[in-house]
Amino acid sequence: MGDIATFLAMGGYAGFVWPAYGVALAVLVGLAANSWWRNRQSIIALERLQQPHRTTR
Amino acid sequence: MINWLASPARFTRISAKALPWCGWASAAVLAVGLYWSLVVAPPDYQQGDTVRIMFIHVPAAWMALNVYLFVAVASAVALVWRHPLAEVAARAAAPIGAAFTFVCLATGSLWGRPMWGTWWVWDARLTSVLILFFLYLGYIALVNAFDDPARGGKAGSVLALVGVVNLPIIKFSVDWWNTLHQPASVMRIGGPKIDVSMLAPLLIMAAGFSLLFLTLLMLRMRTILNERKAVALRLNIGAPPEQRRARERAVPAHPGVG
Repeated sequence: MGDIATFLAMGGYAGFVWPAYGVALAVLVGLAANSWWRNRQSIIALERLQQPHRTTR
Repeated sequence: MINWLASPARFTRISAKALPWCGWASAAVLAVGLYWSLVVAPPDYQQGDTVRIMFIHVPAAWMALNVYLFVAVASAVALVWRHPLAEVAARAAAPIGAAFTFVCLATGSLWGRPMWGTWWVWDARLTSVLILFFLYLGYIALVNAFDDPARGGKAGSVLALVGVVNLPIIKFSVDWWNTLHQPASVMRIGGPKIDVSMLAPLLIMAAGFSLLFLTLLMLRMRTILNERKAVALRLNIGAPPEQRRARERAVPAHPGVG
C-alpha cells in the first residue's frame, strides 16, 4: 500500500505529472476514437449508397 | 515506394491489411513506453519526478514538427505532381499533428510550472510552437472552407508550404535566443547528452507515437476516400442514365472499406 502511495505521489509532483499524462491520453485516445467513428460512418454511408445499384443478389 | 503507393486502389488494399497490425503495434509499444516512463525510469537528480513529463513532452514535440513536415511535403507533391493521394494524406495528417502539438504545449506548461515557476512565457521556443499549432488549425479550417475539395486542397497546400519557414525557427530557437527553454539534448551534434535509463523510454514513446501516427493517418485517409466516393455516387443518382453509365465506369464499385 505504501508503495502505491509513493508511486502516486510522484515525489510531491503528482499535481503536474498525472495531469500531463492525463491530457496526453485524453487527446490521443479522443483523436483515435473520433477517427475510428468517422471511418465507420463513411463505410455505412457508402454501403447505403451502393445498395440500390445491386440488381442481382 | 511513395510512387507505387500513390494509386488509391492499391492504397486501399494495402492499408486494409496494415491497419490492424499498426494499431495493435502502437498500443503495445505505448504500453511498454508508459510502464518504462512511469515506473522503470529513475527520477532526475535535479528535477525529481517531473522529468517523467519529458517522456511525453519531447516525443510529442518531435511528432509536431515531423508531421508538419509530412503535411508540407505531401502538399508540395500535390501541387507539383498532382498525385491523387498526396492531398488526401496532407488533409488526413493535419489533425493528428495538431493533436500532438497541443499535447506538447499542455505537457510543457505542466512541466514549466514546477520547474520554471510559470505556466507560460513568451520565450522564442514556446511562441514558435504556439504558431505551429495555429498553422495546423489554419490549414484544417482552410481545406474545409471550400465546397470543392480540389480548391480547398490547393489553398491549404499553399498555406502549409508558407508555414514551413516556422520549422527551422522552432528547431534553432533555443540556440538563437537562449532564454528559458533548454537546448536539445538528444538530437544534437556529438550524440545524445542524456543517460540510457532516460533515453530508452524517450525513444520507445517516440516509436509508439510514430506508429500511432501511421495508424491514424491510414484510417483518416480511408475515411476521406470513402467520403469522396460517396459524394461521387450521390451526384450519380440524380443523373440521366447515359451520364450515369459513363460515371459508373469512372468510379468503380467499391466494396466498402473496413
